[in-house]
Amino acid sequence: MSKPIPEEEYNRKPLTPVIRWVMGEADPYLGNVEMRRPRDNAPSEGLVQSHRKDREEVIEQVFDREHNRVLKGFNVFYRFTAVLCCVALIAMLLVAVYYLPPVGHADNPTSNEVAARYIESGLQETGAVNIVTGMILDYRAFDTFGESNVLFIATCTVLILLRDDQKKKKKLPDPEEVRERRFEPGDDIILQRVTFILFPIIMIFGIYVILNGHLSPGGGFSGGAIMGAGLILYANAFGFEKLNRFFTEKTYKWVSFGALSFYCLAKSYSFFTGANHLPSGIPLGNAGDIISSGLIFPLNICVGMVVACTMYAFFTLFRKGGF
Amino acid sequence: MAFVQNVPFFSIMLSMFSGIISAVLPGKWARRLNTLVVTVVALMSGWLLWFIIRSGIGSYTYMMGHFPAPWGNEIRAGVLEAGMALFICVIMLISILGGRKPLNDEVEHSKHNIYFILCDMLLSSLLALIYTNDLFTAYVFVEINTIAAAGLIMIRQNGRCIEAAVRYMIMSLLGSGLLLMGICMLYSLTGHLLMSNIRLEIAAIMDAGTYQVPVLITIGVMTVGLAIKSALFPFHSWVPDAYGYSTVSSGAILSSLVSKGYLFLLIKIFYRVIGFEYISGSHILSILFLFGLCGMIFGSASAIWESNIRRMIAFSSVAQIGYIYMGFGLGTEEGMVAAVFHILAHGATKALLFISASGLMEVSGDSTDFFDLTGAAYRNRTAGVGFLVGSLSMVGIPLFSGFVSKLLFAEAAVLVPNWKLLPTLIVLAISTILNAIYFLKTVIRIYSPADPAVVAEKGFKRLHLRQQKLFAMTMVLFILVNLVLGVTSQPVIRLIEQGLHHFA
Repeated sequence: MSKPIPEEEYNRKPLTPVIRWVMGEADPYLGNVEMRRPRDNAPSEGLVQSHRKDREEVIEQVFDREHNRVLKGFNVFYRFTAVLCCVALIAMLLVAVYYLPPVGHADNPTSNEVAARYIESGLQETGAVNIVTGMILDYRAFDTFGESNVLFIATCTVLILLRDDQKKKKKLPDPEEVRERRFEPGDDIILQRVTFILFPIIMIFGIYVILNGHLSPGGGFSGGAIMGAGLILYANAFGFEKLNRFFTEKTYKWVSFGALSFYCLAKSYSFFTGANHLPSGIPLGNAGDIISSGLIFPLNICVGMVVACTMYAFFTLFRKGGF
Repeated sequence: MAFVQNVPFFSIMLSMFSGIISAVLPGKWARRLNTLVVTVVALMSGWLLWFIIRSGIGSYTYMMGHFPAPWGNEIRAGVLEAGMALFICVIMLISILGGRKPLNDEVEHSKHNIYFILCDMLLSSLLALIYTNDLFTAYVFVEINTIAAAGLIMIRQNGRCIEAAVRYMIMSLLGSGLLLMGICMLYSLTGHLLMSNIRLEIAAIMDAGTYQVPVLITIGVMTVGLAIKSALFPFHSWVPDAYGYSTVSSGAILSSLVSKGYLFLLIKIFYRVIGFEYISGSHILSILFLFGLCGMIFGSASAIWESNIRRMIAFSSVAQIGYIYMGFGLGTEEGMVAAVFHILAHGATKALLFISASGLMEVSGDSTDFFDLTGAAYRNRTAGVGFLVGSLSMVGIPLFSGFVSKLLFAEAAVLVPNWKLLPTLIVLAISTILNAIYFLKTVIRIYSPADPAVVAEKGFKRLHLRQQKLFAMTMVLFILVNLVLGVTSQPVIRLIEQGLHHFA
């Protein structure tokens, strides 16, 4: 049983502000931290009105459910069938999973000679300590080449959709769009200080992951994603103008072109010699060294560059429709 | 190994590399590179086809890298693969040439090089789907194919195209997802991704009687996934907009090639992954058969109601895909041969129809409306002849390719040992009549003279042969391909039979 204490003493207790904050009675920042009113970026009343009118018009014309009995009936039927199909599909897949071999069992069909050779002689044949990297960049490099091209072509389609080339000259852009672009990314001192410290670390870590792809977990895809995230963080903190001092559309174009062409030519050489049973003449080096495992090392760098560029390109295209 | 046996590898890599190079080229050079590469790949595929026929090796595998098959990647080529690659390159080349003039209005100039990147990538993914002997490689290239096709639809940046691309993307990704799930389950059941090895394991599973249920579900899931991607009847809602509003070349390529790549993969799965003996007895084919029959009727019926000419041709594609699935569904060797022949016939004809329709629209104020096209064949005679030939082929008039495939379907139906005989023949007859209604209706419309006052009022122009030499050349080439398939069908059918025999 706790004894009652006077209010002043209670206020002096170290835990009191925390309790009050948790209970929602007081805001510790109020009056203690310098605050700025957010810039007024609410859309104008007229714009909201016109958007709302458009929306209602569209709904009225296209989905006039009240007066169109067929559409209404179809809507009910559509939802019912959609739910039915999904439930049926889920049930079927669950049944299939129930019958599948148990995960990780030694007698599973998946533990066969294919996996055995990857594990037993992967190191001798590819020179990569990391078996996964050896698999994706040497045994099954053709698939991985396809995957890098998936990224490349995905960027191309995003370029089609979002890069505005001549639209600016033709007509005035949407006022809402302009406002978005002007106000973000804002000058946020906290974000800038943190990025100032973190950006070099992230980049170096990304490079480390890429370069050590054949020795330790990681590789081009993961390292590239880290570097891409670093670039995005930098752009958010310092704005695109500063980033454009070292990374422009030209950089993107030539880096991804160079990386993919090198990948294509190097692997073509390797496929051609392999299929015709010619020696490739590429030394595997000392297992465990940084420069070892033949083509895997440069290919990892290529994949990393493609992934980093792709991630950043997606961000900047979605952000402002260009580099 | 003879040097010519490297052709599959060179065709895939060359088309892919040209896509990568096009990223840094201006649009004009990207276009030239694309034309060059498609031509070179076509010539090489012809060389390979000739070599395989002459040497009588049937089919051979090609190691992609220094490691043999279950460990490394592998591709495989035979008569059917080489022939299909040749066919795809020829149709693609003519389609791109035929849509070159409208492309300037349809696509922003600064994005022309991206258009040709997409074409190159699409070609390489189709070639890889044709040649691959590994299910996972197939999946990777299905992804490239899907993204490239969506890009080709939406590159004409108007509302309808973006809506069509979103629809296409959603349906197509559903199909890819089901395919991927199927591949995963198949891998955990058999422990292999290589097609030939999976088949051995499946045979063992079937003999042992274990895992019957998951194998059936897996086959079903993969089949449905590919059926969605190739627009079988109940999954066809994305077709009319995707084919009807995209650029001229895109519409032609999408309808005559992209869906065919998935169909080819499905045939490969039937023969090489599961084994035709097993699949022909299962009920999955009967379901495909029924949906195919529905597609033949409903696709044609929708086409009759449609007043937009490009959407009408697109709906006709739904019906033709129905024919192909009906051929699969018969579950016999003859049905498969007919289906493969129809893949070729439809590919050659549908591209011709799309391109010639664009020529007719050009002289009708770029209107797609049926009534504006009155007399269009007199204003642009080349396109009129092209459309006439395409229509006659689709309806099934002798001399043209469509007739041969209909004959083959009917012959296959007569030979089928079960209940499928009567439905096939009846629906084939009904569908042919429906085809005739909407195609001949359009042909009569474009060949009935328009009121000169209306023509003058709407400002429809006239195009003569010398104003459109390139277009006329593509029309002649298309008609030639169609006639070759229609007149010299016996050697083609023999090659298909031989190819399917070596497929397993």
